[in-house]
Amino acid sequence: MRSNAGKLVAWGVAVALVAAFAAYMTTQVIRPAAEASPLPTPGALTLPDIVFYVLAALTVAGAAGVALSRNILYSALGLLTALLGAGGLYVFLSADFVAITQLLIYIGGVLVLVLFAVMLTSRITDVKVSNASFGPFGGVLLFVAVAPVLLAVALLTPWAAREPGPLAPTTAAIGNAFLTRWLLPFEVASMVLLATLIGAVVIARKELKAD
Amino acid sequence: MATVTLPKGNPRTKLLVTLVVALALPVILFGAVLVLATIAKPEPVAVFVREVLHHDPATWPFTGLVYGVAAGLLTFMILNFGAVVAAVTIWWEMRVSSRMQSRIGYNRVGAGGFFQWIADAVKLLLKEDLIPADADQLLFRAAPYFVFAGFGLIFVALPFGESVIAADLNVGIFYVTAVTALVVVGILLAGWSSNSKWALFGGMRSAAQVISYEIPAGLAVMVPILMAGTLSMQGIIRAQGAWPWQWFVFTNPAALVAFVIFFIAQLAESNRPPFDLPEAESELVAGYLAEYTAFRYAIFFLVEFGNVWIMSAIAVTLFFGGWQVPGVAAEAYEAARGAGALPAPAWWGLQVASMAVFFVKTFLVMNLVIWIRWTFPRIRVDQMMNLCWKYLVPGAFATFVATLLWQILVARVPVASTVSGVVLFVGALVALVQMLRLAKQNVEAGGDQVDLSNW
Repeated sequence: MRSNAGKLVAWGVAVALVAAFAAYMTTQVIRPAAEASPLPTPGALTLPDIVFYVLAALTVAGAAGVALSRNILYSALGLLTALLGAGGLYVFLSADFVAITQLLIYIGGVLVLVLFAVMLTSRITDVKVSNASFGPFGGVLLFVAVAPVLLAVALLTPWAAREPGPLAPTTAAIGNAFLTRWLLPFEVASMVLLATLIGAVVIARKELKAD
Repeated sequence: MATVTLPKGNPRTKLLVTLVVALALPVILFGAVLVLATIAKPEPVAVFVREVLHHDPATWPFTGLVYGVAAGLLTFMILNFGAVVAAVTIWWEMRVSSRMQSRIGYNRVGAGGFFQWIADAVKLLLKEDLIPADADQLLFRAAPYFVFAGFGLIFVALPFGESVIAADLNVGIFYVTAVTALVVVGILLAGWSSNSKWALFGGMRSAAQVISYEIPAGLAVMVPILMAGTLSMQGIIRAQGAWPWQWFVFTNPAALVAFVIFFIAQLAESNRPPFDLPEAESELVAGYLAEYTAFRYAIFFLVEFGNVWIMSAIAVTLFFGGWQVPGVAAEAYEAARGAGALPAPAWWGLQVASMAVFFVKTFLVMNLVIWIRWTFPRIRVDQMMNLCWKYLVPGAFATFVATLLWQILVARVPVASTVSGVVLFVGALVALVQMLRLAKQNVEAGGDQVDLSNW
């Protein structure tokens, strides 16, 4: 009984906080921003526009699939679609190297690992074991908390409209930037990855000893 | 006593028909790829619209459509090329393997059984498309599409000749490595959705194998990239010379090691024996393909054998000088092209020569892959992992560092690469002659003789 009351109070406080936050964001940030930035005038629908919308739709549909499907394997498939769409968007921005890296790392590495991990889980036939739900109440709370932030970011950022230019090679420029201007962040990132690798090996070894 | 029924029909006619088809197939396929790859570019399309259709390509609204049709035809022909190459590889592999195992092999449909692949394809197309009752219907159906998409996408950046490539992406080899991932996703989905323990084990083994071997393969690919200074397939080929002692595999001692690592890793990644653990017949029925029938089964096999061509073509591109024709400099192609909208006849001749060189080299590497399949026993799972992580990965890192040092040396002493090229090429020739001599000796020691007549 007592723990239930505590829970109720916690939920009440959370709801109040979220409502206050949403109200603050709406009145103070989002409305002024929306009024300040006029809507762009729509032009004629060209072929690049259509390609962009198809790719964007693919990405969004894939992301929705990740969030909405009950089966974790279907989620993985949705992730594949979303990543392919994002890769297409990179190509659209003439970032060929980034697009292919996206494909290689996320589909060739991360997604295959996810599928591999799914296959190693026991109770694989039990569909409900995956993708636990917050419940509608928690979901709504999360949505109300996140939506104003995303809206504010979307409205406050000065988006640069970019015409799709010709595909220019970017690989050499990226390499030069990594090894000159951004050498330190690059090396630090490498160290983090190395630490992760060693950590993974250590964890895997412990499991083997317990056998 | 059983009676042996011989195939009906005139053997001479059969031989003639087989020869005509066997000669016409490469002419049609390579010819179509050559012509379409040349035409399906913005400038020739513009010329075609102006000269033949009498419209101004800049203002005429259907120029894009004409271009799209040309590109679509090219795609169609390249996919056909992939399918036929896979099918003929099966025939060739079966002939070679039956020679190696002292049996007859395909010999009924067409002379030397050459049309067996058509018969097999028709048979598989007509069979019932079974889906197990407890399988995940959607994923089970979708898995072959992933496999085929990964296979077809590779052909975008796969060179055929000097100017014959669907798209010379400036991230070419990187792209090829990346899209191969779709094949793995397809195999994993096939393994899981079949809802069978054999298939699941096959899929798991495949994932473990491919993830592991991608690392040495990727590192070994870095060696030719470092030597060429570009990721583009055509750029890597252009950085090499036409003569054997100018190939990357010989101009840098580390690249020779890198080639061996790359070759083994590619064998493992394409699930070829001796790395066919994912579909080991003796342990897992047929691994991830155990539940597949008919057309879907055919697609998996098409991709598996088409991958033999692809991996050979990539090896030739990276290490064996690609399509470079000995004695023809890079400028000769430009000079032969002429000023006209469509290239001059001499240019077409050079293109055909370059495609022939590329084909012959790829075919030789393909033969090596086939020999390996029929001479080595399948390795165990633990041996497979040991080989990758204890030998190939450290070896690949070593070749990577050695190549960096070698490039510094070559920058100071340019003659080093020529010396290495000549020395290693002569060494390779001696090894080849020695191998042939030993093979002949072994055959004769068994009281047999080398017999190439019975085809």
